[in-house]
Amino acid sequence: MNWKNILTIYGKELCDMLRDRRTLISMIVIPTVAIPGLFALVTAISFRVQQEVAATPPTIMVLGGEDSPESRGALLKNPRIAVQPTQGNWRQLIADKKLRAVVELPPGLDATLAGGGSAEIKIFNYEGEVRSDRAVREVRGIFTARGEKLVGARLAERGLTPATIRPLRVTAENVAPPEKVGGNLIGGIIPYLFLILAFTGAMYPAMDLTAGEKERGTMETLLCSPVGRVDIVMGKFLMILTASLGTVMCSLVSMGVTFSVGGSLIARRIGGDDAAAASRAAEKFASMTTLDPLGLVAVLGMVLPMVVLFAAVLFTLSLFAKSFKEAQSYVSPLIIVILMPAMIGMLPGVELNWRLALVPILNVSLASKELVSGVWHWELLALIFASTCGYAAIALSLAVRMFNREDVVFRT
Amino acid sequence: MIEARNLTKTFRDRKRGEIHAVDNVSFRVGSGQIYGLLGANGAGKTTTLRMLATLLRPSSGSAIVAGFDVVTGAAQVRAQVGFLAASTALYGRLTARETMAYFGRLNGLGDAEIEVRTRKIADELDMHDFLDRRCEKFSTGMKQRTSIARTLIHDPPVMIFDEPTVGLDIMAARTIVKFVRECRDRGKTVIYSTHIMSEVEKLCDVIGIIHDGRLLAEGTLPALRAQYGEQEMEEIFVKAVGGDRVAR
Repeated sequence: MNWKNILTIYGKELCDMLRDRRTLISMIVIPTVAIPGLFALVTAISFRVQQEVAATPPTIMVLGGEDSPESRGALLKNPRIAVQPTQGNWRQLIADKKLRAVVELPPGLDATLAGGGSAEIKIFNYEGEVRSDRAVREVRGIFTARGEKLVGARLAERGLTPATIRPLRVTAENVAPPEKVGGNLIGGIIPYLFLILAFTGAMYPAMDLTAGEKERGTMETLLCSPVGRVDIVMGKFLMILTASLGTVMCSLVSMGVTFSVGGSLIARRIGGDDAAAASRAAEKFASMTTLDPLGLVAVLGMVLPMVVLFAAVLFTLSLFAKSFKEAQSYVSPLIIVILMPAMIGMLPGVELNWRLALVPILNVSLASKELVSGVWHWELLALIFASTCGYAAIALSLAVRMFNREDVVFRT
Repeated sequence: MIEARNLTKTFRDRKRGEIHAVDNVSFRVGSGQIYGLLGANGAGKTTTLRMLATLLRPSSGSAIVAGFDVVTGAAQVRAQVGFLAASTALYGRLTARETMAYFGRLNGLGDAEIEVRTRKIADELDMHDFLDRRCEKFSTGMKQRTSIARTLIHDPPVMIFDEPTVGLDIMAARTIVKFVRECRDRGKTVIYSTHIMSEVEKLCDVIGIIHDGRLLAEGTLPALRAQYGEQEMEEIFVKAVGGDRVAR
């Protein structure tokens, strides 16, 4: 290997890439503008929907209860729900989302309760529908509060306290540091994003520097020079690696900015004029997105050999293709191969062990999830790093071998 | 100097089996001489030249180019050769000056030397007007001149041209032909493949007729005329390859 030649090729490829609008779009514009933009849009829409749901009382209908003015009145008076006149086709209205829920009060409800008895109140709803779920929560809340009040009164009549029927109170309190909670909540998505971005960042340059050059006829021009083929592979490979890491870094910075700026904006909107509520919302958001910074650096370290592996695999596959179009047809299905293990790594309950530590992509995904939560399994991390480096070295040597094959380089 | 000895290249094809693209080809080209390799499409010209430029490895036989063996001294051979073919394109996003500098560096030249050589070649090929413009915006003629400049930047003693005028208009083709002659005048060893008979007649000192991978005839133009009893190169070629039916 001649490093002077490798750097000459790398320098030319870098200059070439920085002048190519398509590469700049895939490496800088998409990760810095498009992806955070989409994130911001989706978040803004979901917050807006939630706010709208919270601001508009769900419409409900009451069946029966004409003989129970107290129970019916509790529903009619509550400003958190909007009671509509009763109609016969209420099932259809719920299905059409024109009505959110129907409450059926049994005959003689007030009298039953006054006599010390119990009764069943039925709620008909549209399961899984956000506004219908809220209607159920509100109605349940009204009758639960009323039930508790009745229990308290009945116990008092007998000279007892609520503690008589509820001798134990179970409470839970989080003692995990915020970064561990954050890591658990969004830790899974971090390595997933890194891997996807690293792969997509390497895709275009890998195809352009191999199949693209074959198609344009510049590969033969380069092969005429006295530079060794290993040097050509290394120069091009370093360029693919740069593009991949560049994409990851651009995304990291832009997502950091999006989260911090977007988070405070969302918190301000949730809080409205109430400064305390805004601060509480901001704190909640901050705890959700707090990650162990050292863990985040370690994730980058774990992703690095994986990026080398991606770059080498993409280089080899694209080199085999006769044209850019053919390379696309080889490389595009690989995204699924990357996505599947990365997604399995995101699933709750799937944890790192010695066997999974040898499965490429999945191992880095699982280890990264633990690292951002501040959990360090040194032996497993060493095994993952070493095995990924091994896979990357094999892929790179395969790329060199492929580049030395006449039937591959001159496949036209 | 180029000397090919029983140069052979065999490819394996799933459908057609073993294909002898070049079969026991031997010839010699001296300094200050243009050797014309004349053949139809698929005759084996490109494969022969690619072996001489060390882009392909011979299946058997050998070749010495500027004193180096194409198998054992491939990198040294490439440093002594300027290879220009219809299939060797330019990097569109580099300027002509950057292209020359890039290939100069790959050939081991220092920055000062590259600058001197660039100025000299740009003077000779009248390139100053477009030296700092990107190749993607060039006309065919500008591209040809830049390609020539790329092959000359390290001043190689051996020049290999593989159908360099294919697809060019008359003016661009004339630039190439003029340049090939200049190479001979400077004492370079030149090998020139083509299927255009008139180019061979105008340029080549020695002509080799290649067909189905085999070198069927070789000699100067007068010697070939005498051998086949024909004046026109086209008639000589047809007779050499075995008549109209075979040539077709």
